[in-house]
Amino acid sequence: MDRVEGEAGEFNVTLTKKPRYIEEEKCTGCGACVEYCPIKVQDEYNQNLSLNKAIHVYFSQAVPLITYIDPEKCSFLKNEKCAICTGICKNNAIDFYQKPEKMEVEVGAIVLAPGYEIFDPRLQGDYGYGTMQNVVTSLDYERILCSTGPYEGDIRRPSDGKHPHRIAWIQCVGSRQVNPSGGNSYCSAVCCAYTQKQVIVTKDHDAQAECAIFHNDVRSFGKDFERFYQRAEKLPGIRFIRSYVSIGKEMPETKNVTIRYSTDEDGVKEEEFDLVVLSVGLNPPADVKELAKKFDIELTPQGFCKTNPVNPIETSRPGIFVSGAFQGPIDIPESIVTASGADALSAQLLSYRRGELSTEREYPEERDVAGEKPRVGVFVCHCGANIGRVVNVPSVAEYALSLKNVVYAEEALFACATDTAKKIADTIREKGLNRVVVAACTPRTHEPLFRDTLREGGINPYYFEMANIREHCSWVHAREKEMATRKAKDIVRMAVARAARLEPLKEFQLPVDKRALVAGGGVAGMTSALSLANQGFEVYLVERDSELGGAARRLHSTLEGLDVQAYVNDLINTVYRHPLLHVITDATITTVSGYVGNFTTTLKAGWMVKEIRHGIAIIATGAEEYKPTEYLYEKEDRVLTQLELGERIARGEEGVINSRCLVMIQCVGCRNEERNYCSRVCCGHSIKNALKMKEINPEMDIYILYRDMRTYGFAEDYYREAANRNVKFIRYEPESKPQVEAVEEDGHRILRVTVADPVLGQKLEIDADLIALAAAVVPSATNAELSRLFKVSLSPDGFFQEAHVKLRPVDFAAEGVFLCGMAHYPKHLSETISQAYGAAGRAATILSKDSVTASGAVCEVKESDCVSCGVCISVCRCGAIAFRDTPQGKKAFVNPVLCEGDGLCTAKCPTGAIQLKHFTDEELVAQIDAAIGDA
Amino acid sequence: MCTGRIDPAFIIRAFSNGIDGVFIGGCWPGECHYPMEGNYYALSIALLTRKILEHIGVNPERLRIEWVSAAEGVRFASVVTEFTRQVKELGPLGKGEGIDRERLNLKLKAIQNLIPYIKMVERERLGAPVHTEEAIKEFFASVEADRLFRELILDPLVKSEIMALLREQPLSVREISERLRLSASEASRHLHLSARQGLVRFDESQKRFAPA
Repeated sequence: MDRVEGEAGEFNVTLTKKPRYIEEEKCTGCGACVEYCPIKVQDEYNQNLSLNKAIHVYFSQAVPLITYIDPEKCSFLKNEKCAICTGICKNNAIDFYQKPEKMEVEVGAIVLAPGYEIFDPRLQGDYGYGTMQNVVTSLDYERILCSTGPYEGDIRRPSDGKHPHRIAWIQCVGSRQVNPSGGNSYCSAVCCAYTQKQVIVTKDHDAQAECAIFHNDVRSFGKDFERFYQRAEKLPGIRFIRSYVSIGKEMPETKNVTIRYSTDEDGVKEEEFDLVVLSVGLNPPADVKELAKKFDIELTPQGFCKTNPVNPIETSRPGIFVSGAFQGPIDIPESIVTASGADALSAQLLSYRRGELSTEREYPEERDVAGEKPRVGVFVCHCGANIGRVVNVPSVAEYALSLKNVVYAEEALFACATDTAKKIADTIREKGLNRVVVAACTPRTHEPLFRDTLREGGINPYYFEMANIREHCSWVHAREKEMATRKAKDIVRMAVARAARLEPLKEFQLPVDKRALVAGGGVAGMTSALSLANQGFEVYLVERDSELGGAARRLHSTLEGLDVQAYVNDLINTVYRHPLLHVITDATITTVSGYVGNFTTTLKAGWMVKEIRHGIAIIATGAEEYKPTEYLYEKEDRVLTQLELGERIARGEEGVINSRCLVMIQCVGCRNEERNYCSRVCCGHSIKNALKMKEINPEMDIYILYRDMRTYGFAEDYYREAANRNVKFIRYEPESKPQVEAVEEDGHRILRVTVADPVLGQKLEIDADLIALAAAVVPSATNAELSRLFKVSLSPDGFFQEAHVKLRPVDFAAEGVFLCGMAHYPKHLSETISQAYGAAGRAATILSKDSVTASGAVCEVKESDCVSCGVCISVCRCGAIAFRDTPQGKKAFVNPVLCEGDGLCTAKCPTGAIQLKHFTDEELVAQIDAAIGDA
Repeated sequence: MCTGRIDPAFIIRAFSNGIDGVFIGGCWPGECHYPMEGNYYALSIALLTRKILEHIGVNPERLRIEWVSAAEGVRFASVVTEFTRQVKELGPLGKGEGIDRERLNLKLKAIQNLIPYIKMVERERLGAPVHTEEAIKEFFASVEADRLFRELILDPLVKSEIMALLREQPLSVREISERLRLSASEASRHLHLSARQGLVRFDESQKRFAPA
């Protein structure tokens, strides 16, 4: 990127496309050039732990999956010697004379997603990285664990290639530093969870591995992270050790590394490990200053993107948005959310010209093959080395050709590569194939792609069947190559048997009602409703209470100092003024019917009953504060929750701000058996209230009794500030929770807090006159009812459950319903706003279309076989089946739009009259029969 | 497609084909991807099918149902490895149990033919009152379930076996009682009942029963 000119709505961006030295249209990604290239270079993608060639594919899932030449390394580009690759390339794709290409693009909005750099531990030099071979960073280790990594997924250590058994992780490397010289003061937020993942994966590889994790606070603040932490912790041979550490020495013979640490029980120890992993933190992008200059945006003191305090997706320059870790250290789900959010904000800006540049994709006409005998084509994928390394792919392809109905079989390096997909489409036409089997990976990720390939080849997309020989075969049988090949053949044979019986199905185009319903009038609901309205969609915002604002009504400031009430009032005013936004308060949702694009919801608001038709729904119904039963709450009026404390500070209540001693107790009502999750926001709230109190009354003694301080991300700086201001932090273990009792002394009523201090090893008594409980955030009581009405699921903790934690973080599995805010999980205001834009972005992907496509794989009744027993109706919870009158009497009828395609009715039907299309008895029985085959 | 799509016919079909073990993997209770909770139906069908298998002398351990989420690759691998080991220990179907193949096939065929009826019975009578994993397991382990099983499934199963035999060739009461290891009076009771229902007839010329 060279230059950005213009302004929001009309940017002019000048780009330079660096030469790849490959003609992209010609390269098939076959890799022959890579094999013959004589110049070996360090493989940057694998953290320089293995070698690649001067001409190479960047990594095995790269898009496009074609090679490029590293001009710094290629001996022809450096001094015109070699050029072997030009002789090898069958497609003449190599072009050493490509020049940088200038291009100008006109865009209305810009999204910055430059990601992050990892912290380089060499800068501080204190953990031996770069000098001791068996000290690696977590990213190095990530590559070591990966099947496309330097050791193909075998865990080996760099010094001698041996399998390490004793592995140590050191947390917070480069993060949370009091004296940051080269490191960072903030918490990188993702390291605790990724380390736990690495531990679990390590144990999967090597059940005997002994892992030690040297950590500070364990920050499992994300949804389900607490359970994940417990899962890692409970594995045998795993030790989580709370200690600062230093690297001792490298053993001269073994190259093992010693770590010195200390525990409360044993004092200082030195222990030897085969491999040490440094859990390095996240830095801003390396060239961030230049980037900021070019885009004319401001940065934070930490070097990340400076964003609007009430919109973490907006940069300081209108029309330029930010998504991902350039906002600050965030994990994958949050990055995905901000990506959808940036989409929504761009669309708000550009909605007036939505769709102007899009063209409808045209497919060749579908060939009617109903009368033909099955002609199955089988494509067996190597998936690079993923499959080919274990399964003998050529022999599977050859075997496939011997199967009944198979007329063509071929291998593919990557069946999913754009050029291969095109080749498959061509082959369908040339060989007259009417069924296609791809033996590769999972239909979960790749079925849509190959169905599209079939359409390109001119046949119905449902004539496709996938044989999973990667997840179900090569990945699990890496050490039994011959058996794996036999199994791959079995899987292919079964797939072919089913494929031959597949039927062409029609997908439905359903019109979309372009109105939205947002349930919940808190910040999440208002933000997403407003975003949709600003994109030109009519929105009904439905609130249970008599006024908007939700939980934020009780919040007066954020850690960063935002005046929440002013913000919320402003937001409410904007909502009420928007002509496309209809607010309905005091409302209860009583029924929901319909499906994506066409919902009908009835509401009761006072005496009024209202029916609303809408195309999508967003659930943003928030969460509630736990009402503590512990620590004398409600028995003593000086025991408050943090929210209550915040409210009283805001009111300037004398009795509160003049307290002499305030004790805060963290994790009240969560991180326990009943609520096995972390409420995420409480540590930040407590620090915020502590700092406020110190500001008002510097003499006040403030104690925070905590289990792990989870002030992740930039909140860490406020934690440090609190410590600097003499807020005292005392850690307690869940087994020895603090005790609170009310005692009378000298006519004063004192709240006496007793807590065991693990550092001092003794019991402390603190006489407090005010106690603040960090009460858990608990799911809203209405969640169960809403989940029933909208047919969406709840997590084990009672929050709403997204369709996929990483891939679809604001979608529900039920199409057309989205979620955001604390209904999803406790979160801070800025995170709620981000997610609300994310939900609006996702919702607009449906509302902006005129129609949605419903699957063809739904149930259908053969009326002549239906005995009207009604079992199908009784088991169908989608309400898709009903009796209808026919000349032969009452017969079951399936509304294909409501049918979810689960097939329960098919299994229950005594006569086989109702069949789940694409998974009919005939198709499945053929597959079962083929399992036995000729084996 | 949901685990609840598993038709008991699929399981019996696999065993009829000589498969030594059948594994059903479903989503964890409460984590159904559909609004259906089909995994509970699958559990119910699997437990009933195990009862039937046990009744015909097949080790019910050859049919296993387990909950494995899509994110639990490792659990899936370990469960399948363990099940494979167990099935290997049980030996080939029939041989492991000491039933000869022909006899077993006849019984499996009888069950296959009875499946529409079994589905009806499962729905109407032989199901747990509540849909929770505990309730379903408890029900199928109960005396009540045993009683219902005897009353509702066993007689029809014998009848179905007789029909399967007769479809091969007409047989006398004695031949049937030998083939099915029934007492002569039992065999004759079933035959007369079936004759009254119009399913079989007595062929005077051959002095044998044949399908009607």
